[in-house]
Amino acid sequence: MMKRPDDMRIGLSVGPLLYWWPREALLNFYADLADAPVRSIVLGELVCSRRNEIRFEDWLAIARELRAAGKEVRLATMALVMSEAELRTLRRVCEQDEFAVEAGDAAALHVLSRLRTRPLTLGPHLNIYSAAALREHAAPGADRWVAPVELSLEAVGRINPAPSAIATEVWGFGRLPLAFSARCFTARHHRLQKDDCQFRCRDDADGLLLKTEEGEDFLALNGIQTQSAALQCLIAQGPALAGAGVQLLRLSPCGAHFGRVIELFDAVFAHGADAGAALAEMRRLPLPGRLVDGFARRQPGLAEVA
Amino acid sequence: MTNPSARDLPAPAAQPRRPQLVCPAGSLRALQLAFDAGADAVYLGLKDATNARNFAGLNFDAAQVREGVAFAHRLGRQVLMALNTFADARDAEPWRRAVDQAAELGADALIVADSAVLADARRRHPQLRLHLSVQASATNCEAIDFYRERYGIERAVLPRVLTLQQVQHLLRHCQVPVEVFGFGSLCVMVEGRCALSSYVTGQSPNTAGVCSPPGAVRWDEAADGLRARLGGVLIDHYRPGEPRGYPTLCKGRFEVGALRHDYALEEPTSLNTLALLPQLIASGVGAIKIEGRQRSPRYVAEVTRVWRSAIDAAWAASQGSGRYSVQPAWDAQLAHWAEGGQHTLGAYDRPWR
Repeated sequence: MMKRPDDMRIGLSVGPLLYWWPREALLNFYADLADAPVRSIVLGELVCSRRNEIRFEDWLAIARELRAAGKEVRLATMALVMSEAELRTLRRVCEQDEFAVEAGDAAALHVLSRLRTRPLTLGPHLNIYSAAALREHAAPGADRWVAPVELSLEAVGRINPAPSAIATEVWGFGRLPLAFSARCFTARHHRLQKDDCQFRCRDDADGLLLKTEEGEDFLALNGIQTQSAALQCLIAQGPALAGAGVQLLRLSPCGAHFGRVIELFDAVFAHGADAGAALAEMRRLPLPGRLVDGFARRQPGLAEVA
Repeated sequence: MTNPSARDLPAPAAQPRRPQLVCPAGSLRALQLAFDAGADAVYLGLKDATNARNFAGLNFDAAQVREGVAFAHRLGRQVLMALNTFADARDAEPWRRAVDQAAELGADALIVADSAVLADARRRHPQLRLHLSVQASATNCEAIDFYRERYGIERAVLPRVLTLQQVQHLLRHCQVPVEVFGFGSLCVMVEGRCALSSYVTGQSPNTAGVCSPPGAVRWDEAADGLRARLGGVLIDHYRPGEPRGYPTLCKGRFEVGALRHDYALEEPTSLNTLALLPQLIASGVGAIKIEGRQRSPRYVAEVTRVWRSAIDAAWAASQGSGRYSVQPAWDAQLAHWAEGGQHTLGAYDRPWR
């Protein structure tokens, strides 16, 4: 059965802020988002439990304000949960009942399943590579799935063909989260111990650039997370996204011009603006990296947008 | 006790026990040498993308698995089959077939990462023992419990990112016996959560069972040394006379800020936990895994022999017989096989903490 065109419109979501921005900058960023043309916003600290400037109660307060502004808000749990303290935070996020949760790992799924808390989002770091794996992970009550970043759109469409009770979200814009480690690479770079890291990741609004020895921008170090230096950008992939049944495009916050990025995606996906022109403008913006879309096309992720 | 029985029952995870020594085999020859050297169990994979060491010339066909299992069972030992990549959205048939083969060929357990494969094995072969692969990235007891409740896993292999203290804490709260890595190449990234290789080459451990695959490597020789590229990206530059390594992406040298030629992520080094063996045993670790199905049969034989001696000595000491200390000969032997000739206690100790 075909859905009505309105339902097939691809909406925008803002993923969790992956960097440590100073409190004031973070609060301003979310205050601005209240008026931005995005449907959904995911909040919370996903990367490092030592980033303690914004506490759980602060996230809840931000979440309430954004909801009052008409946004659908979800709270993310961390992707790599190793310590008992991190587990306690995870349980706290899962046990609140005001906002749906985006599960960062199997522990969150297990806790949410035990609490019968639903709906929930299956976050991008859960390993869902087939339709059967999506069914297994969705059993605790998922209504949304963020595809792993290395999947092609063709695979995404096979895994969750439309129409489906589970909405598919893909990584539409931003540096790609490629790996997690117990080790903090930012602290390592500064020759600091992790437990005495002096919170140096606060200096890098978009992570710390790693180049090859030929001077090519390659990766970005963001604490225990390793990202691509380039930004994935699917603004010109409209037909392929629609073909894959994608309902939400995740825009991952960056340090500058993010508001303009949202406007350009909104113009293309909600108002039918020309994707080529929007892409050309994005290329002119001083964003922190070049634009790539290889993963979407079953190519190496660093392949540039054609 | 000499060897664990083929189906040892799970005991509460935190009881001290003599850990099973689980060794890698990329060939029948390696499997036989591992058992000769004292392995309690050998893990192996099929010749396809269903396992995370999908290299040309490596791994087993059905007849070889059958022969390996017969060899193991004659000795009262075990064969574990690694089925630890993620079933492809286009065609899950190889993974289904591998589950069937594991059952038919008499593997003592399947090591699985994908929940779809776990569900399939559980449904169609409920008698098959399931181990949760390190590639499932279960780093805490709630995550392990997710897989235990849903799929009845009987062992979990821990990612190489936890400190000894975190491993001990997990064991106190976990109802599933735990296997940890004792020796071998070190992934500094959480296993099963790393897309660095596919970012550069289009192939990753999760999707293709390979990391930094040889087909994507190019060596450029010049007067100022040898450049190693992966998918065209410069990963390392060895000056003339400098020993070369394999260009595994996370072990390359890069520029960050003012630092040049820096191992920004990880140095080429191997994990070696011989020094922690008494603590691992006391905290109830159920099995110790040696990495390296891609390594030579000789590597398997020599590393297994060292670990057999070490586990026996540490177990005896824990039972009040003798004292355990790492023998210099063991360290020397293992250093010979370590990546870059270097050892580390990895995350267990975290000198960088």
